[in-house]
Order: sequence, then structure tokens, then C-alpha cells
Amino acid sequence: MAELVTFEQFVVRILKIVFWILIILPLIILPIFYLAYVLPVEFVCGFNALTCSTHINWAFAINMFNPEQMDPFSSTSMLSQMGLGASGVLFKSSTFPGLTFAAVLSSFVIWYERKLLAKMQYRVGPLYAGRVGGIFQSFADLFKLLFKEIVIPAKADALMFLAPPFAMMALSGALLAIIPIGSTTYIAQSPYSLLIAIAILSFFPMVTLLAGWASNNKFSFIGAIRALYQMISYEIPLLLSVLGVVILTRSLNLSVIAESQTKIWYIAPMILGAVVFYLTAMAELERIPFDLPEADSELVAGWLTEYTSMVFGVLNLAVYIKLYALSALFTILFLGGWLGPPGLPDFVWFLIKTAIVLTIFIIPRGFSPRIRIDQLIGFGWLWLVGLTFVNIFIAFMLSASGLL
Amino acid sequence: MSMPLASSGLQTAQVAEDKLVVSIGPQHPGAGHFRFTITVDGDTIVDVAPDPGYVHRGAEKQTEYRTYLQSIPMLERSSLTDVTNIIGPYSLAAEELMGIEIPPRGQYLRMIMSENQRIMSHLYWLGIQGIFLGHSTMFMWPLGDRDIFVDLGQMIGGARITYSYWIPGGVRNDMPESFKPRALKVFDYFETRLKDYERIFFQNPLFLKRTEDVGVLRREDAIKLGVVGPVLRGSDVKSDTRIDEPYCFYKDLDFEVPSYKECDTYARCMVHLVEMRQSMRIIRQCLEKMPLGPVRVKLSPQQRTNPGEAYARVEAARGAMSFHIISDGSTKPYRVRISVPSMRNLIVLKKLLIGSHVADMPAIYWSLDYWPVEADK
Repeated sequence: MAELVTFEQFVVRILKIVFWILIILPLIILPIFYLAYVLPVEFVCGFNALTCSTHINWAFAINMFNPEQMDPFSSTSMLSQMGLGASGVLFKSSTFPGLTFAAVLSSFVIWYERKLLAKMQYRVGPLYAGRVGGIFQSFADLFKLLFKEIVIPAKADALMFLAPPFAMMALSGALLAIIPIGSTTYIAQSPYSLLIAIAILSFFPMVTLLAGWASNNKFSFIGAIRALYQMISYEIPLLLSVLGVVILTRSLNLSVIAESQTKIWYIAPMILGAVVFYLTAMAELERIPFDLPEADSELVAGWLTEYTSMVFGVLNLAVYIKLYALSALFTILFLGGWLGPPGLPDFVWFLIKTAIVLTIFIIPRGFSPRIRIDQLIGFGWLWLVGLTFVNIFIAFMLSASGLL
Repeated sequence: MSMPLASSGLQTAQVAEDKLVVSIGPQHPGAGHFRFTITVDGDTIVDVAPDPGYVHRGAEKQTEYRTYLQSIPMLERSSLTDVTNIIGPYSLAAEELMGIEIPPRGQYLRMIMSENQRIMSHLYWLGIQGIFLGHSTMFMWPLGDRDIFVDLGQMIGGARITYSYWIPGGVRNDMPESFKPRALKVFDYFETRLKDYERIFFQNPLFLKRTEDVGVLRREDAIKLGVVGPVLRGSDVKSDTRIDEPYCFYKDLDFEVPSYKECDTYARCMVHLVEMRQSMRIIRQCLEKMPLGPVRVKLSPQQRTNPGEAYARVEAARGAMSFHIISDGSTKPYRVRISVPSMRNLIVLKKLLIGSHVADMPAIYWSLDYWPVEADK
């Protein structure tokens, strides 16, 4: 490493160290801790780790220091009482429905996307990493990125430049936290979870703008401005498209919305809302045909231009976690969430449906050119907003007539 | 930009209020070995300054130090997607100076190779146009299908890209027996592929939205600015060197020259598509009409020419490609002047880009089929 001369270099060094710790801690150490230590013991003790209802019971945590209430035989039950067991919030947020699970799933989504596109284009796609069809290509890419140097442009604002990857990851994680993937498998539960999800989604343009601005590159800047335009003008149709579902269920709780689709999935009455949600989610995710902020023929890589190494990897990972989270949101709102025939755990049904939605999100990349920014914004404000109002009208009709 | 920016400042040139100068290239996915500076006002391009010359190698000067045959591999490098057609006018002009007559089978082989090259060049163009519009399948498909035409060229020429096939005195060698059945099979396959291309790309509503009324070059402007090739035909001018000044045996063949009244990027794209069909039609006819016989007049490696001047022009994939050779009667040319279609089409870039959106820049730029290496020579 180079010698520290200026305060800026010191800050950069500290940030790098923090960055690595933050990467390594949730992604590697915590899963290993849980998989190797906590889970085996808990299964032996008879807990069903994945379906336990969860709360951090701070009373237990405090009482732990009281020798009378402590279980003297099992150290893991002590962990459970602290909220650190397999049913605890740390496990849930870091490992199973949380970040590690989503990150591993996202890396497979990247592989799946590449394979699917390759099939559409009469290519082979990833082939060599891993035994079956290059299934570990994403991990190979991850290790490649880990060993690359983090380059910070000389005239970039280092602090602001390194903030977006953290912020993106945090926002994607927050989005994951609020989305339940089973009737009892969730990280956080709130009566307003849909509202919270949409509020978190509206933070993303700010991070994008920050990334583009701090990069101090014209292409990044133009890309960030485009992302800002696109995300803000598609936020409104997104919000309006879920309103129909809210009117039918009279609830903002995602668990309640999913559970209330026992009679009929909302994609049938709310087909317009589902289409608008799909299109706006595509725009939010900057996927083709809405990938204007990263249009590689005009803007090199848009707001991602200056990002290298694992910083880029983290940003990319966050985008794919967001893709997974929005597919999950679609599944909950329109496809009945985890409802399905008995036989499999509910979150398996949920993941099957989410995989189908993901495929539908990915496929347009194979047959669609990129749309232009003025056409995009015109389409959003003119057609999508109009369609959502028709959708809301239908929802009111159904609600008033008592059909649903 | 006049707004306050991050502490160290976004380095922008102050051209005027609210205007941003963006340098595109020479290392930019949308530019190749070519740089142009655009001044944008919001999303509108208000000024363009093309800056070619990054890959200038002095091909004209280098021909003066080589004999007529030695120049061929060097000249091919200027236009790797279109090697046969850049050698074409050079050989025709040299033959005019040498005063030799080419056997008919050689002429037919020249046409076959030239049209095969045109298809390859257009497929390359189509792939890049696809990816410039964000259509990754349209990048993979044409470049994959281009390979079968590369294989066809390899059957005749021996090499895959730079086969130095069309030389002064005829062509280098005869084609193998197996070429005709293979070529007909490839054409049948490629006809169905062109229909696929139309369905997935040329009839795609988003493609139409992106290209219709974008980069309009009116008929009068096209003629006045002297553009050539598919750009000229896209602007409603039925002009083609193969028809206007037939060389080889093009006057005996039956083919159409497409032209479109729309004069926009879409028209220029469609011209390329139709030309690929017509090229296959020409090769089919050539394979039917081809006589047997020699393919080459054997020349001395130190072949001398008659003193004088010769000018020859062929229709290359990108338009009219012409060579002007001045000879003093020695084994080497005295002066060679090359006029390439890329350079002649670059002139309209400034006219088309000003007033268009930033997002239309790659589509318009590539619809001119500008090849920097060819233009810089």
C-alpha cells in the first residue's frame, strides 16, 4: 500500500478497511457461524429453525445475567434468548431470508440470466466454472473482482464516491427486510410494510445521483440525471398501480395482502395494475428496454462508469437484490405470495413464483431495443398513469359490489 | 453547467450557460477509433466536431514504395470488414494501366467474392447497429451468422478475413467444386434468418420508434453533400456503381437497387437488409452463368505498367470506393489516391447530429456505416 500523506488518503484507507469488514462479516463469517455452530445444535435440540416466530426478547437478554433464569445446559439456548439463535433476528436478517440468502440467490439469478439470454441468442453462455453449465460463474466473477484494485478517480470526492455502494446495499437489504417470504418466515413485520417498501424504493434515485455526481465524470453525471428522471417519473405509476390491491384488501400489510388471496390471485382482477407494476419495476431496475442510465453505446456505463473492483460488484449485487425484492413484491401483490397446494413449505412456493416473475423480468433483454428518454417519460406519464386510474376504478367497482 | 458541483468540481468547459461539452471517443464503446466532441444543451445536441485520424497509417504513401502486387495485403488492412472491395478498384486501375484483359471466370469469381464480402460487412454493421440500440440479440445473431459467410470466403480464398483474393490480373485461385452446393445451402438458411431478423428487429415497435424520423437526410442534401452507398440510397436516390458504371459482368445480371423515400435512419437500415438479399441473388446468378476456364493472367512480380493515369470505381459495401493511380512506367506506382466511402459519408454526420437527442447519437452515427480505419486509410 502507498504511504499515507494526506488526510484524504487516510479516510480512504479507513473506508477500505471498513468496507472489507462489512463485506466479509455478513457474507462469510455469519453464515459460517450459523451453519457450522448454531444450526446443528438447534436441530439437535428440536427447534424448527426456519419457521419459529421471532422477536428479540430483550427481557430474556437482560435476564440472562440472572443466574436463576439462565439455562445452564445449552449455550445455544442462551444465544436464542439473546436473539442470536437460528430463530433470532440476526440470523434472519443476515442469513436466511436476509442478505446472504438474497446475495447467493442473486448470484444465481445473474447466472440464470446469462444462460437464458445465451439460449435466446444461440450461444452457450457461461460454461466452465462449476460442473454444470458454468453455474459458479458468478462466484468466479466475485473472486476476480475481490482481487482487483479499488480505483478512486483523482478528482472524485472519495467519501461521496464510496458511499453509494454501502447505501445501495443498505437500501436493498432494507427492502428485503420488509418483504415476507412465508407466513412465518420474515425479518420484520409492520402494518404498513407496503408503504415502507415504496418509501425505500424512492431512496434509490438519490443514491444513483450521488454516485453519478461524486464520480466527477460527464458520462456518470448524464447517466445519473437520466436515472433520476426515470425513477422519479416511474415512482408515481408504481405507487398508483399497487393502490388497487390495497383497496381490495384494505390493508398495507404485505402478509395480510398475501394471505387474503385465498379466493383469487389479484392478477386476475388487477391485470392492469400488474402490467403497470411490471413496467414501472422494469424502469426502477434499469433493465432493458429501460436501461437508459447505463446505455453503454451512449454513456459508456452511465452512473456506474467510474466504479471498479468489488465496489462495482457490490453495486451490481445490490441491483440484483433489488430485482429479487421487486419480483418478490410482485409475487406478494398479484400472485398470492406463498399460497399454494400443501406439501411443500410455504416459502418454497413463494420462491417458485418469484423465479417465474424473475424470468419475465429478464426475458425482454433478449428481444427489445432501448427506449429513448423523452419517449420513456411520455409513456410513463401519459399511458401508465392513465392505466393505473382505470385499475383503481376497477378496484373500487369490485370492492363496492362486494365481489372481492 | 453553472450549478455548484462536488468540492473538487466537475471539470466542464464553460461554452455557454447550461451547455455541456462531452468528448466521445477515441476510447468509447460508441465511437471505435474515432473521436467527436458534442455540445449538449439538455438532451439536445447543439454542436458536433468530428475528429478523425486516430488510425491513419499512410496507405497512399506506402503504395509508392511497393510493387503493384505487394501493396495488396497492406491495402486490405484499411478495411478489414470489406477487404475484397477495397482491393477491387485498385486492381481495376492497375489493370487499366497494364492493359490486360481478365478471363471471364475470374470476373465472375470477383463478383462472387465481392458480394459475399458485402453480406459480411452488412452483417457486421447490423450487429453493431443492434447493440447501439440496446438490442443484444441483434448483436449476437448477425455476428454468428456472419461466420458462415466467413467460412464461404475461406473456401475460396483460403484465409478467413484477409485473403488478398482480387489481385491485378484476375483472382488468386479458382474455387473448389464443393463451393456451389455449400453456398446454395447457406443462402437458403440465411433467407430464413433474414425473416427472423425482420421479425425481432426491423418490425419491432421500439426499433421503429427509435429510428423513424431520426437523422433525416433529405434527397437534395444527400446529393449536394455527395454521400455514397447505402446512405445515398436511403435518401431516395437510386444510385449504385454496379448499375451506373458497370464493372466485371454486373450489366448481365438481374438485381434491384433499393431506395427509400423516408430518408431517415430506418430507411438506411432497411437498405442494408435488402442489399443482403440482392447480394445473395447476384451470387446465385453468378454460380449459374459462370463459364469454365482460366481465372488469372499471370503477371511478373516486377510487372511494369504503361505511363499514365487510371481511375476505377466499384461499389463497396459502404458505397463507391475509388482509386486513382498515376504511373511513371516503373514497377511501382508514382502516386495513388484513394477515395473511401466512409470519409464521404462522415461529412453528413455534423448535419444529422445537430438538433437530435443524445440517445439518437449512436443510431445515427452507425447508420452512416462509418468505419474509422477505412476513412483514415
